[in-house]
Formats: sequence, structure tokens, C-alpha cells
Amino acid sequence: MTAQQEIRADTWTVAGRAFTSRLIIGTGKYKNFEENAAAVEASGAEIVTVAVRRVNIADPNQPILTDFIDPKAITYLPNTAGCFTADEAIRTLRLAREAGGWNLVKLEVLGEAKTLYPDMRETLRATEQLVKEGFEPMVYCVDDPVAAKQLEEAGAVAIMPLGAPIGSGLGIQNKVTIRLIVEGAKVPVLVDAGVGTASDAAVAMELGCEGVLMNTAIAEAKEPVLMARAMRAAVEAGRLAYLSGRMGQRKYADPSSPLAGLI
Amino acid sequence: MVETVQETICVRVNGEAKSVSAGLSIAGLLAEIEIDPKKVAVERNLDIVPRALLDEVRVEDGDTLEIVHFVGGG
Repeated sequence: MTAQQEIRADTWTVAGRAFTSRLIIGTGKYKNFEENAAAVEASGAEIVTVAVRRVNIADPNQPILTDFIDPKAITYLPNTAGCFTADEAIRTLRLAREAGGWNLVKLEVLGEAKTLYPDMRETLRATEQLVKEGFEPMVYCVDDPVAAKQLEEAGAVAIMPLGAPIGSGLGIQNKVTIRLIVEGAKVPVLVDAGVGTASDAAVAMELGCEGVLMNTAIAEAKEPVLMARAMRAAVEAGRLAYLSGRMGQRKYADPSSPLAGLI
Repeated sequence: MVETVQETICVRVNGEAKSVSAGLSIAGLLAEIEIDPKKVAVERNLDIVPRALLDEVRVEDGDTLEIVHFVGGG
């Protein structure tokens, strides 16, 4: 296969499902459903995360997400946002599976409200139970190579370490640990949380991640649809740079023009 | 002619107290509050009610029901 062919065939696979886009986007915090749908389109995302919440029984006929983003065209990845225990997360995903009819889910069990850092003890416990029940959990976790390995051994179908706290937009804080997780994992690794702008997404991809998951970086941009396009380009650029094998770094300059023949 | 009095029972739906007719199925309850069963999942007393059983499972007095769907989230 030539390099060109390789790039064209550059899909990734999670739990047996192949995707072309390496960008997963959230559907929270948008001004309205129209903007959200336009951002999904501009991002090229094939997977979106969604939350599971009570139907407003006083007014059940309000417009809903599925009217704007077709779950037959875009894979819905139900999350457990807001769950602080394994039991809450498992309960939420059982409902999600019944509502949607699929096993591919995003698990996140939060440890505290201020940082939204994951509680890894509960996360691991939930992963084990979900796998027993036939779920295929993509798991939000700390950027800890040992914890990542434990999740993989428990049956996580993807490891999704944070780059920085959820919604912070601080960018990838620890490139070393993300790289170590990527090197050690046999399942896809996606940076989930912390991306603030396009270069952050490119960094994640240059480190060898299979993809990036983000919400706030797009939804809270002044022009979300434009930022969605920027993120798409950044993820593609980062991926291509990773496949290209970047040059080595030098401490000092090295001229690009030949020294021979200098007048 | 014997007058029949419609018996009602008390349940909690999504955290709110509600009285409904006795003998109502979950599907019947969803229809009463105008919810499309295809778009939601129902939990009854912490157990999932599979969509295929919504017609069969009856709402009982004191039941706690959760009716959920997908909303925007990260």
C-alpha cells in the first residue's frame, strides 16, 4: 500500500465498528438544536455524545435532539455525565441501552464537582459490571497509564483520558502520560476533555491518539460552526503528522538552504 | 344500572406524584401523558421495563417510574 492509499484508508475501529472521522463531539451547551446540528455537520463527526435525562412530562412535545441529529445517520454515544457512583452510572446506561438499543456507551464516574475528576475506583467497578452485562464502554479516565491498563483489562473498549479538566479548555497538560497510555494500550485511546482550541486537538493526534472527544471547545466558541470546522481540520492535520513521523528536534539551527555555492 | 366508580392509584412519575386509573399499562400511561414510547426508556421501581413489555406491565399503586430520553450532553 502506498502512503497515499494508506491515508485514504485511514479508518479506526472501536468495538468492531469502523469510523472515518476521528472527532467525537458533544451535544451540550449549544444555543439551540439548529446550531448543534450545523456544528455536527461541519465537524464531520460520525459519533456524538448524549446525556440521559428525564422527559419533561408537563410538556412532552417540546423539540428534542433526535429531531435534529438523526441517530440512524450519526452514532449516539450515551454518557453518564453527572453520575458520582458506579451504581448511578450503571443505572443510567441500562436506561440508555433501552432507549437507544445499543451497547456502545461512554462511562464517566465523577469524583468531585469542582474538578470533575473521575473517581477511578468507582469507574473500574462500573466498567467490570457493564462488561458483564454486555455493554461496550468507552471510559473517561485520569491520564494515568496504570489506571488505563486496568480499565483495558476490565474490558473497556476505548480508553479516554482527560487532557485537562472537563470544560476547562486548558489543553493537554501532560503529553508524557497521554503518550505512555497510547503506547501501552491495545484498544483505542481518545483524549476526552480539556481541549480548548484547534492546536490542542492536533497535539492529541500527534501523540498517536485514535481520536479526540470534545464539547465545550466548539459549543462555547463565538462561532461554534466555524470552530467545528477548525477542529475537523486540526484532527486530520494531527493525524497526518503522526502518520508522517515528525522530524527530530535539535537544540540549535540547521539551515535549509545549501551552504555550498554561497556567493 | 350499577354505577361504576373508576378506581385511581397514586404513582410517582419523574419525581412528581400523579394519580392514574387502576389497571393501566405502562404503554397506557405513556399514551395518557402523550409520550412516544419509541423515544424513551422506562424504569419501574429501579428495574428497566423492556419496550416489548410496555403493553403488558401494569402500573401498581405506589410505583416509582422514571421516563427518560436522550438530551444534549458532553
